[in-house]
Amino acid sequence: MANQIVFAILATIIVASAIYSVATKSIMRAATALLVVLFGVAGMYFLLDYTFLGAVQISIYAGGITMIYIFAIQLVSKRTLQGLQERLKGSKVIAGCLAALAGIVTVLAVVMKYQFIDMFQQLPDKEMEMSVIGNTLMGAGKYQYVLPFEFISLFLLACIIGGLVILNNKKEENK
Amino acid sequence: MIPVVCYISLSAILFFTGVFGFVTRRNLIAMLISVELILNAVDLQFAVFNRHLFPTQMEGMFFTLFSIGVSAAETAVAVAIIINVYRHFHSDQVNSIENMKL
Repeated sequence: MANQIVFAILATIIVASAIYSVATKSIMRAATALLVVLFGVAGMYFLLDYTFLGAVQISIYAGGITMIYIFAIQLVSKRTLQGLQERLKGSKVIAGCLAALAGIVTVLAVVMKYQFIDMFQQLPDKEMEMSVIGNTLMGAGKYQYVLPFEFISLFLLACIIGGLVILNNKKEENK
Repeated sequence: MIPVVCYISLSAILFFTGVFGFVTRRNLIAMLISVELILNAVDLQFAVFNRHLFPTQMEGMFFTLFSIGVSAAETAVAVAIIINVYRHFHSDQVNSIENMKL
């Protein structure tokens, strides 16, 4: 019963903040609402007993990505973004509403049509052990993930270099 | 216990809220925020399917883990591009880069 109550509270917070985030005209408020959504999703991971995933979500998304956004908003301009009042065109809003509603109806129709075999009770209601996660992440056997792990480290390095290269255009200005 | 359909409904609403924002917004950073909403909906769905339908395996959880890493990198590069666009055009509205040439 407690799970249902927590789920209801989290779902309400997530949906309300998500809608506020896309509907508000101030960009800083949109970023703050995004932060609330990220915390709500982290709470969902805790509810699913994936505590490691919840911690990753809080530390990377809520701690890192939101910070990047706020830095970008503050850096880009004093007048265009801070206190930005966006003009929304009516036709675009209607098109967006129609697309979103059609998508939701399609997804829910497909989902309601099928019966899911829920196996939640198969596992005891406790969190996944850290040693299992570590061994799976670092093992090279079947259903183990050392190759994606190495690949994502290379990917992050490439992104660091790419970000530096994109932002470093001083040479062209000197020409 | 919460039925899977509840999670799927929540995730669908979150996803299409992001789609709505992506369609309506005209500001690059606001569009990026909408993309984050979409990514979060999908990540949540991976974890839910893993925990509820295949609880003895861990594929969905690790997919979410890597997806969070990839989206962090994507955000960093996208913000770098947006700041660069702003430097060139002194505006971060989408229609200011229609021509895609400097």
